[in-house]
Amino acid sequence: MSARPGGGLTARVVLTVLLAWLVLYPILILVGDAVGGGGSGLTAFATRPAEWRALWASVWISVASVSFAAVIGVPLAFLFEWFEFPGRKTLGSLIALPAVLPPFVGVIAFLFLYGESGFVARAVQRVFGLEQSPWRLQGAGGILLVHAYSMYVYFYLFTRAGLAKLDASMLEAAQALGASRWSTLWRVTLPLLRPSLAGAALLVFMTAVGSFSAPYVFGGGFRVMTTQIVASKLNGELRLAEVESVVLALVAIAGLVLLRRSEGDDIVTALGKGTAPRRRPIGGAGARAFSTTAGWALAVLLLLPHLTLVLISLVPYGSWTTETLPPVLSGINYQRLFAEPERLRPLVNSLWMAAGSTAGAIALALVAAGLVARGRPSRLRGAIEGLIALPWALPGTVFAIALLTTFSVHNPVTLRWVLAGTTLLLPLAYMVRSVPVTGRALLAGYRQLDPGLEEAAASLGAGRWATFRRVTLPLLKPALAAGGSLAFVAGLGDFVTSIVLYTYDNRPISIEIMASLRVSELGVAAAFGVILMVVSAAVLGLGARR
Amino acid sequence: MSGFVTLDGVRKRWSATVTVGPLSFGVAQGEILALLGPSGSGKTTVLRLLAGFETSDAGRIGIGGEDVTATPPARRRCGMVFQHYALFPHLDVGENVAFGLAGQGKGNPGRIVDALKLVGLEGFERRRVQELSGGQQQRVALARALAPEPRVLLLDEPLSNLDPALRERTRRELRALIKRVGITSIFVTHEQEEAFDLGDRVAVLESGRLEQLGTAEELYERPASLFVATFVGRANVLRGPVARAFGGAGGGGGMKDGEVIVVRPERLAFAAAGVPAVVRERRYTGAAAFFLVETDGGDRLEVLAAPDAARVGDRVRLAATSVLRFAEAHA
Repeated sequence: MSARPGGGLTARVVLTVLLAWLVLYPILILVGDAVGGGGSGLTAFATRPAEWRALWASVWISVASVSFAAVIGVPLAFLFEWFEFPGRKTLGSLIALPAVLPPFVGVIAFLFLYGESGFVARAVQRVFGLEQSPWRLQGAGGILLVHAYSMYVYFYLFTRAGLAKLDASMLEAAQALGASRWSTLWRVTLPLLRPSLAGAALLVFMTAVGSFSAPYVFGGGFRVMTTQIVASKLNGELRLAEVESVVLALVAIAGLVLLRRSEGDDIVTALGKGTAPRRRPIGGAGARAFSTTAGWALAVLLLLPHLTLVLISLVPYGSWTTETLPPVLSGINYQRLFAEPERLRPLVNSLWMAAGSTAGAIALALVAAGLVARGRPSRLRGAIEGLIALPWALPGTVFAIALLTTFSVHNPVTLRWVLAGTTLLLPLAYMVRSVPVTGRALLAGYRQLDPGLEEAAASLGAGRWATFRRVTLPLLKPALAAGGSLAFVAGLGDFVTSIVLYTYDNRPISIEIMASLRVSELGVAAAFGVILMVVSAAVLGLGARR
Repeated sequence: MSGFVTLDGVRKRWSATVTVGPLSFGVAQGEILALLGPSGSGKTTVLRLLAGFETSDAGRIGIGGEDVTATPPARRRCGMVFQHYALFPHLDVGENVAFGLAGQGKGNPGRIVDALKLVGLEGFERRRVQELSGGQQQRVALARALAPEPRVLLLDEPLSNLDPALRERTRRELRALIKRVGITSIFVTHEQEEAFDLGDRVAVLESGRLEQLGTAEELYERPASLFVATFVGRANVLRGPVARAFGGAGGGGGMKDGEVIVVRPERLAFAAAGVPAVVRERRYTGAAAFFLVETDGGDRLEVLAAPDAARVGDRVRLAATSVLRFAEAHA
């Protein structure tokens, strides 16, 4: 409030410095270390062909992921937004499911379903009487399959939202002016959808560039930058990992800048609200039956990985060898998981780290959003907004390496302490990575809040704290729930940062799943996956409730 | 400055070119004061300074003899009705009204009932504010502001969100209610009719300065400046030869250089002798009609007269029964 401009300035300076220390400082240290330090990392990167191959792989895999996701997601959006057929509503929301689950769980589920010893491979092997598994889900093909499966949702949701905003009278105007259906689509609909499509492309590109789980599990010898960074780090070549991280960050930022530029203004909203075109029923009994069947088949196909995960989690260790379907099912994996404290540890670890990092990210976002939304325009305000958004623009692996580099040195004068090897660094990383999500949610929440409400509270005798507690906080509840649930689920299912920063004492669920897979305890791995899935879905469900 | 609410040299500087004040005036206990002015005149700033949402750069503000210049809004005991009401959407009607009461009214639920009864909304306690009509929301906002028994009631364009048919009725009800409660009230409006109808006195603001403070009649009959004369009521502003031709009517002899005269439409009449002109348009309003006439010199004037006083195209002569004289404003 303007009553205390001095106090507001102090708060803003303190917050800017804190955010800069958490978000920007590690990146600067990373760049400094990569470029300086005798240039050994730079030389290694420049002279090894494998590095250039991984860089090229990251770029083309990301671009291809965008194309595949668009090819699947955009037509689906048109189908669900423009046509009416039985089951449209249920299917329409089922289809968005892959987005709400942690990417790591999806990857594991895919492995069980389509991997070389997965259900589908076994079935094909049985049907054709083959000696060996008919395929190996490996390399670029495998990665692209998983990316397309999990990332089409962005195109689907963005395009549907864009179509819902479209004014039917605009399409009618085009037709009245003599344009055919096709030319209306090309000359009116798609140009109007451009912001939506560019937004989806940006999101898919950023997700694909930073994707780690899919390349790690399915890549085999095929390396992209994220897996290359982790490999370098595990080989003890931290300097090289730093250089690789900087290069990957540059790729991400280049993509961000290019795609942002093509986004354009949101012309649809600028023109004001219209009514979206009415849905057309699909004509002809045959066509309708076909579309309905195809729709449900698609839903089953999309849900199959998750159902597979549930099934595998019920298979006791060593009971399933060559059969197509597992012969024995029991709850033993879950029993063991909850009975043995050592096995339960990762679950407890993930829960407290996700909860702690979410609380931190919420607190930071609450203060930052309050200062940004309520303060007078200033350079600091812009800086705070930029710092909040920064972690989103950089892949998780890059941040993990940056935090590792920054907090492996004890030098309090430069604000660096040794946190590497402690249990604190990983939740700190979760928190930093969650700040964009909670920040955006709370900023939106604050902007929807009428400042007059806070003044009304003050005029009725409520002081600053009472106003915050009795008016601001209750009204921000939906934003807090939405941001908090997303942050929590991201922390709970994280694999990218965990693999770089975990210690034995805070090993999270994802690391335990990988360890179980390595010793062929598929059932335990799947049981962890199911728990992760159920908790995530429950938390997101709670967060979305009004 | 004397009065229950006093401003003494209060000034708020927004930028190098935009400053409100210095303002000095007092409002008597139980009086309703209208702050009238065009947008950007500073009227809302004055209200927010009184409420404590803005801090003044200079001067002092007093309420009931107490200096509240540095008192934060929460402790000023000024009830405020916001332009868009600012009802809390997460609370129901009863909880909104109880917000300013000690312990949220739990110790004394009668206060909530009384406040709602005052505005004619008894039985509305458990309604959601989103379900109410605009007029009902306005009354809840009023009940909420009055419930803690503030010393002063501040209203920011209290009727601007109502549709025109409702506005006039609400205006009278609002005035009756405030008078019944007997609370000192200050409200902001940009509509002259509203200010005249609702306020005991009216303060006219322009570019952050107080142009005049007085009753409706004083403002209309004896405007202190050219701005007040033209902003309050209809006015023909005349300069040059035509001004000199009418100038004598106000008394005080011949026109000086740089003087302007203002004639109200009802103070002009068609007469046997006077300034020659032609009737160009006639706008019928029922009891009377407005005639737009053009003098031979090309000046256009508005005349209020009986509907059958003249017809379009008639040659007429104009005489003024009284004129106001001002020094030319230096813009």
